[in-house]
Amino acid sequence: MKPINEMKLTFPSRSANEGFARAAVAAFLSQLDPTVDELADLRTAVSEAVTNVIVHAYPERIGTVTLTMKLYENGQVQIQIRDRGIGIPNVEEAVRPLYTTGGEDRSGLGFTVMEAFADRLRVHSQPGKGTTVTLYKRIACRVSGR
Amino acid sequence: MQLELSREAGVLTAHLIGELDHHAAAPIRQQIDTAVLSSRCHRLVLDFRRLTFMDSSGIGLIMGRYRLMSGQNGTLRVENATPQVEKMMKLAGLSRLPIWNERKEPQ
Repeated sequence: MKPINEMKLTFPSRSANEGFARAAVAAFLSQLDPTVDELADLRTAVSEAVTNVIVHAYPERIGTVTLTMKLYENGQVQIQIRDRGIGIPNVEEAVRPLYTTGGEDRSGLGFTVMEAFADRLRVHSQPGKGTTVTLYKRIACRVSGR
Repeated sequence: MQLELSREAGVLTAHLIGELDHHAAAPIRQQIDTAVLSSRCHRLVLDFRRLTFMDSSGIGLIMGRYRLMSGQNGTLRVENATPQVEKMMKLAGLSRLPIWNERKEPQ
């Protein structure tokens, strides 16, 4: 299926860009006329994914974050957050609730929140090469004539 | 993200304004902890009325402040959580903690 619209952003893994990524996703999503809850869910899931890249993928340097977003006819939304960082040796372990390699005050809930706030989550990672997180969510269609 | 602190009758209230994420959490955490320790208040309230966004960084902040207050025989209370924030807190299992405004705690 071909997307009806798509966008791609790249930005450095600076924490100030967490808010930028959320705002960009919200602005692009607005053409689907999402509900307040749908919008909040996706902003939250994207915030978690981008924060993971900043904290874990590039722990000691600033790297590039690539965010792509595709919108489909049926209201399906796909958001991909990709990095070229250190990768995750054991994805199964990393997505487990409360698992964290961050310090105190990191809750270890990033992937759990992504799973809960998106319809589906896919994580692909190669140690030394980077990680791609894909979030899927269906936005209920209320507008016609896109 | 902005923080306003107010103090009344032994209760320190931290009003969080704006978006609480990983970027904002560290300075906010530090400001709250400094205020708690210098005011010697035993009751801390986190007021989320003007919080427009929170991700799991907020959970870390709440849990950390809960530990801080418990360690001083104090209490923490969360007020005016939006449905989105409540969803996040439930997911984190924080609904089990006695920090909710609705539960009438003994004064």
